[in-house]
Amino acid sequence: MIALLTRDLRLAIRAGGGFGLGLAFFLILAVLVPLGVGPEGRVLALIAPGILWVGALLACLLSLDRMFALDFEDGSLDLLATAPIPLEGVVAIKALAHWLTTGLPLVLAAPVLGILLNLPGPAYGWLVLSLLLGTPALSVIGAFGAALTVGLKRGGLLMSLLVLPLYVPTLVFGAEAVSRGAQGLPAATPLLLLAGITAGSAALLPFAAAHALRINLR
Amino acid sequence: MELVVSDLACARGGIPLLEGVSLRLDAGAALVLRGPNGCGKTTLLRTLAGLQPALGGTISCPPDAMAYAGHADGLKAVLSVAENLHFWAAIHGQTGVPEAIAAMNLTDLADRQAQHLSAGQKRRLGLARLMVTGRWLWVLDEPTVSLDAASVALFGSVVRAHLAGGGAALMATHIDLGLNEAQLLDLTPYRARAHAPDGFDEAFL
Repeated sequence: MIALLTRDLRLAIRAGGGFGLGLAFFLILAVLVPLGVGPEGRVLALIAPGILWVGALLACLLSLDRMFALDFEDGSLDLLATAPIPLEGVVAIKALAHWLTTGLPLVLAAPVLGILLNLPGPAYGWLVLSLLLGTPALSVIGAFGAALTVGLKRGGLLMSLLVLPLYVPTLVFGAEAVSRGAQGLPAATPLLLLAGITAGSAALLPFAAAHALRINLR
Repeated sequence: MELVVSDLACARGGIPLLEGVSLRLDAGAALVLRGPNGCGKTTLLRTLAGLQPALGGTISCPPDAMAYAGHADGLKAVLSVAENLHFWAAIHGQTGVPEAIAAMNLTDLADRQAQHLSAGQKRRLGLARLMVTGRWLWVLDEPTVSLDAASVALFGSVVRAHLAGGGAALMATHIDLGLNEAQLLDLTPYRARAHAPDGFDEAFL
């Protein structure tokens, strides 16, 4: 399991692995929004939580279709399916590797991008906390979508259509926690719901994804 | 340690290809599958490896006994030869990477990235992976594709050493590996009879 995690991290960091693509996308989005909306600080502060969360979500989506597709194409997935580690474990580890290379950098970069969007001061802690709790769910739900569409030609587009609706609860509660934090209201309830979504999807979806992979390998 | 298959039927893409396949493979034995293209050799091997369900029949084999090597080698282009093998050895909880590299004549290429290997060298690396799985039964689908004559002979000797160590090999190949002791099984007589769907529902299953 550790070997699979280190391999995936190494593949992501080496040339062509796509590490940093999501982060760069997130950065560009956060720069483009003030240019499009205008320099009005009050408007930016109002929309910043939503923009940051939508940006994180789309940045996560960018690298999802590679999660199983590359292993499927070069035959590694067949070999992993016959290896002694359970396919459920493979899914969980691959989702973890995706989070470490995509989700975690987003969490760390978000406060800097908050400045670009004039995010109010009290909201920064809630922004980092909500992304930290919510982005693992994005990776695990994405792993399920990637497993469903593995082996399909042009499966990435279909995967986006399947996965984005499943991201809605995470987006709603994540952005809600940040905007409550920005207004100085208690944000514990949306954060707890966000943590619940992450825990639930991390517990259940690896099994569903492994089953989808087995069907797609036939 | 033995593989016993009785009355196996398998399908590809919902179309039954083979039925009534029975075979037995003991430790130290090799079985070569023969048959024209499309007769179901790959389908049979994937079914035996557990990658797809059988339509019927039974497969009796100790758990975690098979190492499957299909048409694709499962190599990562940006990892070196040694890194690729170390990964598969770690997944299977085994050691012996230097021995596998030496056995498949890859010593000079150990630090080269897999993307810079020739097709035959990639194939040799894919076959070296079998040696670090520690599995008893090698299930090989056309293992000699893109290998030159010397490499085919080298792989033949590797398989023979595996058999001598109590292993077994089941392979589909059109080329003579020089394994004179291997039994041959022609799959042509096991071709599934075409049958029309019984009803409206079955046509969709």
